[in-house]
Amino acid sequence: MSLLRRISNLFTRLKVDRDIDSELRSHIEMRIEENMDSGMSAEEARRDALIRFGNVSSTKEQVIGADAALTLYSIWSDIRYAFRQLKRNPGFSCTAILVLGLGICASVAIFAFVDAVLIKPLPYQNPSRLVSLFESTPLGQRFHLSYLDYLDWKKQNKVFRSVEAYHHTSMALNTTARVQLVDGATVSSGFFRALGVVPVIGRDFHDGEDGPSGPRTVILSYAAWQNRYGGRSDVLGQSVTMEGVPHVIVGVLPQKFHFAPAGAAEFWTALHASSDPNGRGEHGLFAIALLKDGVKLESAASDMSSIAERLAKQYPDSNDGRGATVLPLTEVIVGNLRPILLLLLSGAVLLLLIACVNVSGLVLVLSENRRHEIAVRGALGASRIRLIRQFVTEGVMLAAAGSLVGMCTAYGGIRLLVQLVPVDILASMPYLRGLGLNLHVIGFAVAVGFAMAALFSFTPALRLSLTDLRAGLVESGRSGARTAWRHLGANLVVLELCTAMVLLVGAGLLGKSFYRLLHVDIGIQPDHLGIMRLRAPHSRYSKDEMVVSLARRVMEETGRLPGVQSVAVTHGVPVANVAGGNTTFQIIGRPQHGTGYESSSRQVGVTYFSTMQARLVRGRYFTESDDVSKPRVMIVNQSFVRKYFPGEDAIGKHIRYDASSPVIEVVGIVGDIKEGPLDAEVQPVLYTSFNQEPDNAFFVVVRTARAPQELAKSLEETVHRIDSDILTFNAETMEDRIHHTQSSYLHHSSAWLVGGFAAMALLLGVVGLYGVIAYSVSQRTKEIGVRMALGAQRSSVYQLILREAGWLTGIGILAGLVCSVAAAFLMRKLLFGTQPWDAGTLAGVAVVLGFSALLASYIPARHAASVNPVEALRTE
Amino acid sequence: MAKNDLQGTLDLLVLKTLSQMGEMHGYGIVAHIQQASDDLLRVEEGSLYPALHRMEQRGWIAADWALTQTNRKAKYYKLTAAGRKRLEEEEKNFEHLVKGVRAILRYV
Repeated sequence: MSLLRRISNLFTRLKVDRDIDSELRSHIEMRIEENMDSGMSAEEARRDALIRFGNVSSTKEQVIGADAALTLYSIWSDIRYAFRQLKRNPGFSCTAILVLGLGICASVAIFAFVDAVLIKPLPYQNPSRLVSLFESTPLGQRFHLSYLDYLDWKKQNKVFRSVEAYHHTSMALNTTARVQLVDGATVSSGFFRALGVVPVIGRDFHDGEDGPSGPRTVILSYAAWQNRYGGRSDVLGQSVTMEGVPHVIVGVLPQKFHFAPAGAAEFWTALHASSDPNGRGEHGLFAIALLKDGVKLESAASDMSSIAERLAKQYPDSNDGRGATVLPLTEVIVGNLRPILLLLLSGAVLLLLIACVNVSGLVLVLSENRRHEIAVRGALGASRIRLIRQFVTEGVMLAAAGSLVGMCTAYGGIRLLVQLVPVDILASMPYLRGLGLNLHVIGFAVAVGFAMAALFSFTPALRLSLTDLRAGLVESGRSGARTAWRHLGANLVVLELCTAMVLLVGAGLLGKSFYRLLHVDIGIQPDHLGIMRLRAPHSRYSKDEMVVSLARRVMEETGRLPGVQSVAVTHGVPVANVAGGNTTFQIIGRPQHGTGYESSSRQVGVTYFSTMQARLVRGRYFTESDDVSKPRVMIVNQSFVRKYFPGEDAIGKHIRYDASSPVIEVVGIVGDIKEGPLDAEVQPVLYTSFNQEPDNAFFVVVRTARAPQELAKSLEETVHRIDSDILTFNAETMEDRIHHTQSSYLHHSSAWLVGGFAAMALLLGVVGLYGVIAYSVSQRTKEIGVRMALGAQRSSVYQLILREAGWLTGIGILAGLVCSVAAAFLMRKLLFGTQPWDAGTLAGVAVVLGFSALLASYIPARHAASVNPVEALRTE
Repeated sequence: MAKNDLQGTLDLLVLKTLSQMGEMHGYGIVAHIQQASDDLLRVEEGSLYPALHRMEQRGWIAADWALTQTNRKAKYYKLTAAGRKRLEEEEKNFEHLVKGVRAILRYV
């Protein structure tokens, strides 16, 4: 039979059906005729024929089953039947579909992030062969390297096809209106070739264009080309002035290109560092490299280490104690997001699990209520397979509807989540731009849908195949199957409560970490502080004295602003994503051997510590008289003392950066100030006097009696009144700065997301418990009626029901305690100032869960206690 | 009288019957197998019709409605080329099976 005919048979089903009928009928009649021929009576002949034939309708079902066209047709009718079933129980259907939609939405949305961040390889030619190179120091693994070290690494290595340097920078761009600060990056000439990126128009940097005397050229990002030049093709060859130097535009990068470590850079210029032999200590570059084919990361790392060792021997002054770090580029770009995303994904999957368990519980209850119907269909000749297929169809439909709802909400959810990410953080995560329902994500959703369909069709089908169909015809009496379901349901509820507990504890711990993080002692008083960065052009402020007097003038003028209590200047402000600003030094009177000393350094004004309200531990602050004419002085933090002068009096000790720089005396010790991320240990920091080591770029810090947000505008105006060529940027309050750091953002968002999951999990868990208890009550109505008829008090009925709920809740909470401590232990890296076994959180969550569970079981218990014994017994 | 409970031999019996007798209806097949086997084999009607439809789906046999000698409408089945090929295979398999079983029975 051709396929076409089979399909056309779908529409002529009645005819095919009739054919089978008449075929079977004619068979029986032929038998009757023959029986009568052999001498039987008419009735006897018919009886014998029917007995010999067996069950006609079951045979007919089997013939239909053998008929492919009819198989297709019966699937269609199953679907229609399943649809009618769902429509007949709107409460069940809506609940199930919504619950599933919720679970799918959460898991798909989070998976989309996981896919964008962790699964999709970077948009470069050989993403798996790209590595990041850093210099390691005794302080850590990932530090800038110096230009000369970069050149030596490039020349001496045997493992890389190319080594390219880059560094992210802000550039002063001369526009027609005024000088504007723009994001830029400076790269070595082979940078884009290493990534396998080709400009959409124009050209890449030529080899050697990154030399000190190379022509000044710039490549635009696609966004800059569109926004600043309207996407015109005659942009090539035009000149832009950056940092006072004219650059020629030679190319435009592709729209999809992004390089997260350089942020949202608009202008890409070639590196023009000179190979000044004294510059080996000046660190300002990062590097990427492309592994040669067949070279493993480990061998590359060992090659680089041996080069670094050689350089350390060759240049002990600058390179002592410096090694090389080789990391996969993906690790550098997305490494710190991995644990959080995996945590969220597990949260979402747990939620999905609870949703599925709840719905399969509902499906079971429904199948339980349909026992009679199924038994009737079975008795009428429907085969077991046929009945199971009905359940499978219903399960698939349920899963499909849930998936559809989930996918649609996930689409909106993803949009929403992206909008919740602050713009500047999004700029540092350009890979999130491609977020959406792509093939991977849809594949994931489909896989989840299939898993659910399997679950929902096989739970009732399994139940069906385990029980005797005929038992369903006998409606009364407590069947073994029901007790079995009650046990199963009880187990499911314990699982749900346990999962909810894990999520709640996770959310609690993350919330507590976030609170601790925001309230961690940062060593200063962060309220009522306004900060703004400014940069004076080198051309106008070329001498140190000019910068110092500019700083004085800025402080004076801003000090006159209304509400301002004190003003300070500093080269760096506390709470940054990276502490940075490291320097190496020697301690006078201590032999130089082995690893060198290293510390963060900050140049701060006289009033800095008093404005910040830092703690002076010993010694003194800087004074106005600590200027260039006086011996150099510095203040160190307590970590510095602990690390370099343990058990000694640090005051009066002397250090110098290197043999060529002046000696500096320690005159004071301050309490540790968090210069780096909130959740990182404070590193040794040395503070020198701004008046002795001024810099063209510095921050103004203002303590004000009013709300510090009001200051931003007047701060800018004041500075521009002094000199309109000074660039001002990043005016913010200290408290905003604390809230907007990457670490607090990550803690904040993960706490909220896991909190959201936990709330949904709690809701679903409680609904599940309610369902099981309510079902149990409905099954025991008769028993309760008998008990009450025999004189049981209402209170004892309450006790009966609540005891059951109490047991389930107790076991669930107990199991949840164990699992959540284990889970919290796995995510301990994300916790800050909180232990995984934090007793307060565990107890709090247990109480919340216990109370909610009690509430959920109180309603059915009340229902049970109000059973009318007469009514209950009458149903017997 | 033995019931035909050797799995798979039903197809063989039906195909063989059709190859020997030409067109036949279901009842005729049942009757023929019973007669030809001297009442040793009896085909169950309940499994015959699903088998006939299955074989028709697979293209081994083709069916058409026609009138019987007693002027009754019945569905007649006949062997197709594919069915003939199938029959050869089934016969070969069966010979193997019988040889094997006999060897086991005679093993001392």
